Amino acid sequence: MMEAPQQAGFVARLHGVGLRYGPVTALDSIDLDLPAGGIVGLIGPDGVGKSSLLSLVAGARRLQTGRVEVLGGDMARGRHRRRVCTRIAYMPQGLGRNLYATLTVAENIDFFARLFGHARAERERRIAELTEATGLAPFVDRPAGKLSGGMKQKLGLCCALVHDPDLLILDEPTTGIDPLSRRQFWDLIGRIRAARPGMSVVVATSYMEEAAAFDWLVAMDAGHVLATGSPSELLTQTGTHSLEAAFIALLPSQRGHGYRPVEIPPRDPERDGEVAIEAQGLTMRFGDFVAVDHVDLRIDRGEIFGFLGSNGCGKTTTMKMLTGLLPPSDGQARLFDQPLDAQDFETRRRVGYMSQSFSLYGELTVRQNLELHARLFRLPEASIAGRVEEVARSFELTDVLDSLPPTLPLGRRQRLSLAVAMIHKPSLLILDEPTSGVDPIARDEFWRIMIDLARREQVTIFISTHLMNEAERCDRISLMHAGRILVTDTPAALVARRSAGTLEEAFVAWLQEASGAGTDPGREAAAAPAVRNAAPPRRRGLFDVRRMLAYSLRETIELARDPIRATLALLGSVLLMFVIGYGINMDVEDLTFAILDRDETTTSRDYALNLAGSRYFVERPPILSHAELDRRMRTGELSLAIEIPANFARDIARGRTVEIGAWLDGAMPMRAETARGYVLGMHAAWLAATAVAPAPAGIEVRFRYNPDVKSLVAMVPAVIPMLLLLIPSMLTTLSIVREKELGSLVNLYVTPVSRLEFLIGKQLPYVALGMVNFLLLTLLAVTVFGVPLKGSFAALAAGAFIYVVAATSIGLVFSSFMRSQSAAIFGTTIGTLLPAMEFSGMIDPVSSLQGIGAAIGQAYPMTHFLTISRGAFSKALGFADLQASFAPLLIAVPVLIGLSALLLRKQET
Amino acid sequence: MHAANILNLGLKELRGLARDPGMLALIVFAFTISIYTASTAMPEQLNKTPIAIVDEDRSPLSTRIVDAFFPPFFLPPTLIEQPDVDRRMDAGLDIFALDVPPDFQRDLLAGRRPTIQLNVDATRMNQAFVGSGYVQSIVAGEIESFLRHYRAYTPAPVELALRSRFNPTLTISWFSAVIEVVNNITMLSIILTGAALIREREHGTIEHLLVMPVTPLEIMAGKIWSMALVVLAACTLSLLFVVKGLLAVPIEGSVALFLAGAAVHLFATTSMGIFLATVARSMPQFGLLLILVLIPLEMLSGGTTPRESMPLVIQYLMLAAPTTHFIMLAQAILFRGAGFETVWPHFVAIAVIGALLFGLALARFRKSVGETA
Repeated sequence: MMEAPQQAGFVARLHGVGLRYGPVTALDSIDLDLPAGGIVGLIGPDGVGKSSLLSLVAGARRLQTGRVEVLGGDMARGRHRRRVCTRIAYMPQGLGRNLYATLTVAENIDFFARLFGHARAERERRIAELTEATGLAPFVDRPAGKLSGGMKQKLGLCCALVHDPDLLILDEPTTGIDPLSRRQFWDLIGRIRAARPGMSVVVATSYMEEAAAFDWLVAMDAGHVLATGSPSELLTQTGTHSLEAAFIALLPSQRGHGYRPVEIPPRDPERDGEVAIEAQGLTMRFGDFVAVDHVDLRIDRGEIFGFLGSNGCGKTTTMKMLTGLLPPSDGQARLFDQPLDAQDFETRRRVGYMSQSFSLYGELTVRQNLELHARLFRLPEASIAGRVEEVARSFELTDVLDSLPPTLPLGRRQRLSLAVAMIHKPSLLILDEPTSGVDPIARDEFWRIMIDLARREQVTIFISTHLMNEAERCDRISLMHAGRILVTDTPAALVARRSAGTLEEAFVAWLQEASGAGTDPGREAAAAPAVRNAAPPRRRGLFDVRRMLAYSLRETIELARDPIRATLALLGSVLLMFVIGYGINMDVEDLTFAILDRDETTTSRDYALNLAGSRYFVERPPILSHAELDRRMRTGELSLAIEIPANFARDIARGRTVEIGAWLDGAMPMRAETARGYVLGMHAAWLAATAVAPAPAGIEVRFRYNPDVKSLVAMVPAVIPMLLLLIPSMLTTLSIVREKELGSLVNLYVTPVSRLEFLIGKQLPYVALGMVNFLLLTLLAVTVFGVPLKGSFAALAAGAFIYVVAATSIGLVFSSFMRSQSAAIFGTTIGTLLPAMEFSGMIDPVSSLQGIGAAIGQAYPMTHFLTISRGAFSKALGFADLQASFAPLLIAVPVLIGLSALLLRKQET
Repeated sequence: MHAANILNLGLKELRGLARDPGMLALIVFAFTISIYTASTAMPEQLNKTPIAIVDEDRSPLSTRIVDAFFPPFFLPPTLIEQPDVDRRMDAGLDIFALDVPPDFQRDLLAGRRPTIQLNVDATRMNQAFVGSGYVQSIVAGEIESFLRHYRAYTPAPVELALRSRFNPTLTISWFSAVIEVVNNITMLSIILTGAALIREREHGTIEHLLVMPVTPLEIMAGKIWSMALVVLAACTLSLLFVVKGLLAVPIEGSVALFLAGAAVHLFATTSMGIFLATVARSMPQFGLLLILVLIPLEMLSGGTTPRESMPLVIQYLMLAAPTTHFIMLAQAILFRGAGFETVWPHFVAIAVIGALLFGLALARFRKSVGETA
């Protein structure tokens, strides 16, 4: 492997590179030349800038200061990035972070192959080859989200290698993977490199054992490069025998100083033998899937018990069952000789639990977190302050008591989690991968605390880990695989039983045995991918339909695999159409009224009958006094009260002017206004009918388009534009913001796909969904609601198409401002609901609006489609009549898409 | 159930919210700017309504009629020719087109009862209804005062003294300000509690609580009282300073009684928020559910259009929604000055619905805890 990489020149050169995230410096003026042709390793603990450096080299992150040259060009220049991105492959940190969980293995690889412009035959050949080489061939139809961690990383590798890169960038590819998968992964890389000797690989890792096999290393700490050179050079330089020791020696003196190896005093042989945990036949099923399969455990009090196994093998599930979080499907567990009962708070008080990821309140300070947990565990109020001080001291958190956890380094946060788990002095600690991602020094401090607890205070510790040197510190360990415990013994005995040199070898041997004959991804095909540079993808222009369709296809598959989303969208709009169609109803009927009749003559009763006989009013029992009138109006029982004065009939007969009193409930002004119109009209009609005063002139009112003035006929053509705006724009916004939140947006940064291809490609499926929605709503309008479509359907459909494109484009524009999905939900609702309901002429015509509302109304696409919809439905209009409304929509589409392309970044900032 | 746990868990929620400037900004926005714009942006029933007039008479009377239409109710009338009426109305340019026939004035004075034709674009429901009444009374008024100059004209002997109680000028902004407060109480309380629960689930902190001696009931109650308190405080300030202060809406009844009603209502809506959060599997699904629940709640509770005009089935169904009762309660107390002796049935109804929702949410929450942990 040591083939003097310098001769091949440098694959990447960094000069004065700095990077800040707000006030935090991630990289501080780095000068570094990475040799080409070999494996370059970036080593160092979590959060020292390894990932930032790799994302700069990959071109995924925007350069702030300094200069980065990759493959002979300046990465600050967009043209160079576009040219070299087909030669670089980047696998970001996190298991399967740039993959699509609902797509199958084959679909994931196919998507990446399409982005790099391979034709169908070529894609199929590559998928077959890559899956064969990585052992994924039997699983091509399995969704990526259901793969184990190791398989996810192999799939990630397939996707990265699909375009024969010259530079492969891997960010912590093996973190959180069991030793067997890790070993298989590196074997695979080795074979690929053998087949493609020119390829350079740059890897970030926190496993020093792995790094020992690399050609050239960069040791990093706190945004600085500590040292570079081959592993042997680093060992010589520091005079140490292991890279871990070498790294600690390289650290600045105040951090490395005072370091001493962890010592484990032997367990007290005189111990009483009390059993802390005893489980028999513990089983957990999720549907058909057996996550934990008849696990038996017996852990003594004061023992440090290690739990090892690959991701998804059931470790976490077993731990959750033992804490009472998950009721087991079968089997039983006893804690301290008591049957495990989730409702038994006494047991809970004896157990401390620390989950895999940091799960304390980031919005509470360290002190508040400690105090909250102390109170919830019902420590006596007087003792809480003292206890908080005490644990803060023993976990060295005193200086950060008033800081917020997210501002602390990972190691400190993990110590806080442990402190919280310990606050109530439990006699059993269940710790799920507590040191994952913690640097070696912090890890050792952590272990010293735990050993102290176990040996001095007889606290039982049940801990899961991926790290072999941690496993070696346990009193006993269990190896778990596919829901079963393979073996349980002391580390030394396990090594002896397999006659292996190290615990890792012993572990790998057991796993290989367990995974058995050819059913596991571990089965390796003999051949490395036979990479033939056949038919290099054609160079393509700025806009490539095939790449765009790659995104459309992928989005469609994802939508099809999440039927809840599509169903909610379609059923939701139907439901809302009913709600709004019936809800916004201007014809007010059945208003309650009552009469205070002080006259009690035929004439006065005739007046009352005139009102009661109409469909607008419903009569209630008569009113007897003013006090009663007041009371009944206050309760809202009466919308209208009429008072007919005494001598009403007599005065009319004598030609005296009489006055009828009428009171409307003004609490709801719209209703009162309409009621007022009715009362006035009926009063006039009564006068005319009784021939008291005929009108001098007639006014003939013709209600056009909707002669019966039905609310439904008026509302339905307005509801369709509103629904075609709200839901498609929300879905489009979420589809992009989701990629931001889940991390797959990185594929936009590092593949040849352009911003327009990405945006339009993602938009198309939602346009299609919107059109389905449109047809559904139109059908519903004509059939169920009985609203006739009098005009041109072609014009309506064409308008709907342009409008749905515009509506989804609005979603694209919103998405460029939002970072989280919840913000996207609120933002899109506010940004579409208000203009749709108030400014687009749905209820009040745009011409009657004022100020900003009027300006928004004139420009908003919904205003114009509303005119088209009303024209086509109610006014029997066609293309020719609606030209004026098509033009603004046709202008809006390119403007909105152009704007979102401008706002979208092709690099992370 | 342990009261101290509920208190501590609630205090934790308040501390968390205090450190979330985005959420705080949303709350402030919802109870200030949003209420202000919603109540002022909505035009009064008729505002600058476009009207066209075909004057085929060209007499002093017809000129008088043309001049009678002016802002703010109407835009100055566009004078058009007869053949343009259909085209302009098709294009949505006019909502009303008034056609004064030839020799109108002469026929009127001769007592021949001529007829004016009013065309109304009935697809514009709101204007069509209210506006045609206005147009008719304006025209009738002009004719009447014109006639008074020419001959002894006797007005109708029976007059109708029509007055509006509780809002004499039927100012819409009074109503929409209060309804907006009510809607925002509902919206925010559902979002705040629902998002708080989903966030705890996504960050894994809920597991942490569940391994402690804390029951699901205590976790839920902690969220409910704290989030309800926040919304209640925001609503109190908004009612006092934005609605009564800035918008000068006269409030007849007791604000304290209304706030008591709001507290009961919040019990129901925060429970609903928890319930929705247990149904949704992720934030996007919660978002879609939220829209599907909020829009019917806001549209069919009687705050947007009168309950009387809805189909009977919907009227009955919506009695199961707390918002329906809360809107009735708010109108009765704030506008009609009703006291507790009048509105107590609404209090009881909301409390019963709230208790049901709480029980339902608790059952689902307990179940989902078992599934997702």
